[in-house]
Amino acid sequence: MAVFPRPVPALEPHTEAFWRACRAGRLEFVRCTRCDYFIHPPRPVCPRCRGRDLTWTPVSGRGRVFTFTINHKPWFPGQPVPYVLALVELVEQQGLRLTTNIVNCPFDRIRIGMPVRVVFENLTDDVALPLFEPEELP
Amino acid sequence: MREPLERKAIVTGVGQSQIGRRLFRSDLDLTCEAALAAIRDAGLAPDDIDGIAAYPGPVPSPPGFSGPGVAEVQDALGLRVSWHMSGLEGPGQIMPIIQAVLAVAAGLCRHALVYRTVTESSAAADTGRLGIGAGAQEIRGFGAFLIPFGAMSAANWLALYARRHMHEYGTKREHLGMIALTARRHAALNPAAIYREPLTMEDYLRARMVSDPFCLYDCDVPVDGSTAVVISSADVARDLPRPPVRIHAVGTALRGRPVWDQWEDLTTMAARDAAAHMWSRADLKPGDVDTAQLYDGFSFLALAWLEALGFCAKGEGGPFVEGGRIALGGELPLNTWGGQLSGGRLHGFGFVAEAVRQLRAECGARQVPHCEVAVVAVGGGPVAGCMLLTR
Repeated sequence: MAVFPRPVPALEPHTEAFWRACRAGRLEFVRCTRCDYFIHPPRPVCPRCRGRDLTWTPVSGRGRVFTFTINHKPWFPGQPVPYVLALVELVEQQGLRLTTNIVNCPFDRIRIGMPVRVVFENLTDDVALPLFEPEELP
Repeated sequence: MREPLERKAIVTGVGQSQIGRRLFRSDLDLTCEAALAAIRDAGLAPDDIDGIAAYPGPVPSPPGFSGPGVAEVQDALGLRVSWHMSGLEGPGQIMPIIQAVLAVAAGLCRHALVYRTVTESSAAADTGRLGIGAGAQEIRGFGAFLIPFGAMSAANWLALYARRHMHEYGTKREHLGMIALTARRHAALNPAAIYREPLTMEDYLRARMVSDPFCLYDCDVPVDGSTAVVISSADVARDLPRPPVRIHAVGTALRGRPVWDQWEDLTTMAARDAAAHMWSRADLKPGDVDTAQLYDGFSFLALAWLEALGFCAKGEGGPFVEGGRIALGGELPLNTWGGQLSGGRLHGFGFVAEAVRQLRAECGARQVPHCEVAVVAVGGGPVAGCMLLTR
């Protein structure tokens, strides 16, 4: 996959812990301690049971490609294309998804349902992005 | 059920500015042209206007997107209003029309001017169309989970929906192509449309990809232009020169998670909720609709709206658009002005203008015969609003 100069997610009150965990090599989501629901994007309340007792919880980093697209259009001058965008659904919870890039996989091998695992791309001392590669490298 | 309040309001006027590519006219200039045309069309004078509303108002946005704010337009036209608003969050780009309907029905004003203006073509003349967040060093808010990964356009976000629909239901590129080809055929009959030359399925399938499965012809065409409508109290209907267009029901519901990548069922959109809400307020059924003016910022959105509105079953939008059903002369003529795909990205209000003109039988070569009921639906992904208009 082509690497482009990525803008950096800002460290904001509810999201800072997500990006810092990625930078430390862990994929974590806010989870409700009462009903065990993973909440993404992070919020200060559980949308399912309205519980307020939430805790950052590591997940396995494993998931499946839920859908994907190959982007061919440069969105700013000089942006290298094509690159692949995907929604990956984490194994821990139906509907818990990340918009991400699939790496270490030829475009023509990407399939919906393909098992993937997280890898991290460091952007700054505080922030890394969760990307995904095939569980079984093609 | 008590009669829905929206039936206390009518559409009395519609007007559009010059519409085109790279006009290099100011958004305020275009808006005033459209507004004065709409007021004249309603048989009113500017001094009759006592309400004003717009989408989205002066909010931070990509170049050419927002148009002028209502204070600027009110001042330019010398209006004295009793009610005014603009906003970005709500049931799609027709949100200020629905708000104006409610304001009129509530008696806050009697004749509201509502407009949507874009100058996205001129704004992109030197740079090409930039992605959301292009050039930013840091991304805040919901974009932080999209833009750093290169998901910098609604084309990307919705291509992900479209591919999931293809995966679950066997929808094909040719189905999306039928939406684009039909829009182009209709645009040939609309002198104000941007792209009017014939488009074949072969052209479509060979076009360059933007974000697959979306190719160039699946994406609407940025333009400069303004559309204005006048929403009036229904009790003035008999005094006006043109047949009033009635607002039979609006749909404003949002019941899924309003986050692009967390929407539960990516083969649906918020369209599902807005459409169900609209029908719950209506005395009419999908079979009563004579023409559908459905948002086609991307071809797939129109297909998803067809399903959401119940013109076909969930997942069957692809087969539904085959065989001329959505063309003029077919069972449900779709986007008879060319849609945003060929008519230009007027951002929601082009569909409203066309529905009003079809119901008034003003559409000449592209007129739907005996057009009595039109549905207008706008928005994509977690954004949706719709309304049923009747003669």
